Amino acid sequence: MIDERLLRSEERVVLTLRDLYRRHGYACFKMSKFEEYDLYGQNKDFLVSDSVITFTDTDGKLMALKPDVTLSIVKNHRDGTEQRVYYDENVYRISKSTHNYRELLQTGLEAMGRLSEFDLTEVAELAAQSLAAVSPDAVLTLSDLGVLNAALAPVESGEQRAALLGCLQRKNAHGISELCRTFGLGTGIGERLALLAQSGTTEIPDALWRQFADGPAAEALTRLERIAERVRKSTPVRITFDFSLVSDMNYYNGIVFRGYLRGIPAPVLRGGQYDKLMQKLGKSDGAIGFAVYLDLLERLTETDPYDADVLLLYAPDAPVEAVRAEAEALRAAGKSVCARVNEPEGMRFREILRAEGGGKND
Amino acid sequence: MTEPVRVALPKGRLGEKVLGLFTEAGFPCPEALADTRKLIFENPDKNVCFFWVKPSDVAIYVERGAADIGVAGKDILLEYEPDVFELLDLGTGVCRLAVAGPKEFRDSPERTLRVATKFSHVATEYYRRLGRDIDIIHLNGSIELAPLLGLSDVIVDIVETGKTLKENGLEVFETIVPVSARLIANPSAYQFKQTPITEITNALKEIVS
Repeated sequence: MIDERLLRSEERVVLTLRDLYRRHGYACFKMSKFEEYDLYGQNKDFLVSDSVITFTDTDGKLMALKPDVTLSIVKNHRDGTEQRVYYDENVYRISKSTHNYRELLQTGLEAMGRLSEFDLTEVAELAAQSLAAVSPDAVLTLSDLGVLNAALAPVESGEQRAALLGCLQRKNAHGISELCRTFGLGTGIGERLALLAQSGTTEIPDALWRQFADGPAAEALTRLERIAERVRKSTPVRITFDFSLVSDMNYYNGIVFRGYLRGIPAPVLRGGQYDKLMQKLGKSDGAIGFAVYLDLLERLTETDPYDADVLLLYAPDAPVEAVRAEAEALRAAGKSVCARVNEPEGMRFREILRAEGGGKND
Repeated sequence: MTEPVRVALPKGRLGEKVLGLFTEAGFPCPEALADTRKLIFENPDKNVCFFWVKPSDVAIYVERGAADIGVAGKDILLEYEPDVFELLDLGTGVCRLAVAGPKEFRDSPERTLRVATKFSHVATEYYRRLGRDIDIIHLNGSIELAPLLGLSDVIVDIVETGKTLKENGLEVFETIVPVSARLIANPSAYQFKQTPITEITNALKEIVS
């Protein structure tokens, strides 16, 4: 049995999540650290960061250190088969804060095949349970891009759409109104988008139901509400609806979600339905998945202020067996023991004991 | 008692104006204006605490979660593109990011345009959209000096009244974007402190609209 105290927080979470995913019939997907660069070059917008570490392989092929896992998994999917896989892999991305490449541990899962509402619910539920495995003080925000699509339908220009989406994902309602005025778009579009920007509550606001009373958006809202209800029953995580979630609409469609943990300033979980990516890669199956960014969990780790429970000081001429026996006795009592002749510099101990096993010590 | 909402305010005249808006909106903190060595000021009744930081650092405090909300200029948000929510235009600190240069300067597309600025990202994006080849000279202050000493052809900088420019024989050629102070929020803090953050936002909205 492994002593959990020996594990780093992300290692502990990985073990818990592996067990969670395995119990839901997901198989472990192990992959190579490298991938042909073309896969990322052709789908740059799908990546969180578009910078990739590349190198030329011995056969002249341009290779990349994986910046993402989903693309590698999807690429290998055989259409018409049902695949449920999870992974925990290192990926290599530029850190926004340091502007340098970092190796990041990422875990997550992907469900591919002919997906039903059961599958979508299960993945949303697993996303919530993944957050709960770290801390129950978590929020999973859900959206359906069908609603956003309906709100943006009258906007034909790609540039205008991009500008509006930029404001929406920042919940910048005043920016949306300003853009609608500048672009000469009807006030109705601005009002709808502003409503989406201001969402983020545990209930779908009445105003939103009124704005999207019929058609695919209404169906999307109804389905999302059903899924949220089911997820709420199985997890302590707070479930909210936030229609300002914007994932690249060239790849994502349908349900999208993001997970937050109290004390961590950025989302630790991102995911959603990405049927459009499947289509881009020549597949007709549907797909949904999410990733948990384990590097962010470091912030939740409480550092032990001590290097060991006991510093056992012994005299240089103390009988070895006596000191060993004394240290073992302390360890048997559940304490970590560091036995030294002198107090080591820069280390802290809960208590300092002098070995009684003889010898001279001052 | 739940955790207070932590508010990062920009030091200086703008920050004092903004604190005035918070006071008017029902979230006062007179202690924050007192002559004291304290760094963090609380209003326990309203469960908010304020602290002053360098204006260009507000977005960093909020993005990194050290502050839940803050007030930053649109210029800073455009330059650093922090991952924050932009909840409200406070309509104060109004100015513009503009291209300026010596009155007699005539741009020739035949040569690379030398642009001195603190806002390298905004300037690069602006000229990229125009398809203009430029040489960015990143400076940290006294930007107006650059064209006067021949360091640059033009500058991209904040212009409030244009008085400093005029006094130095410079003029505005083009406005890139209007700027004002924005209420920003950390996306994660927004999830966990949504009720008090929304209360503050709505109260400020009443004042500024």
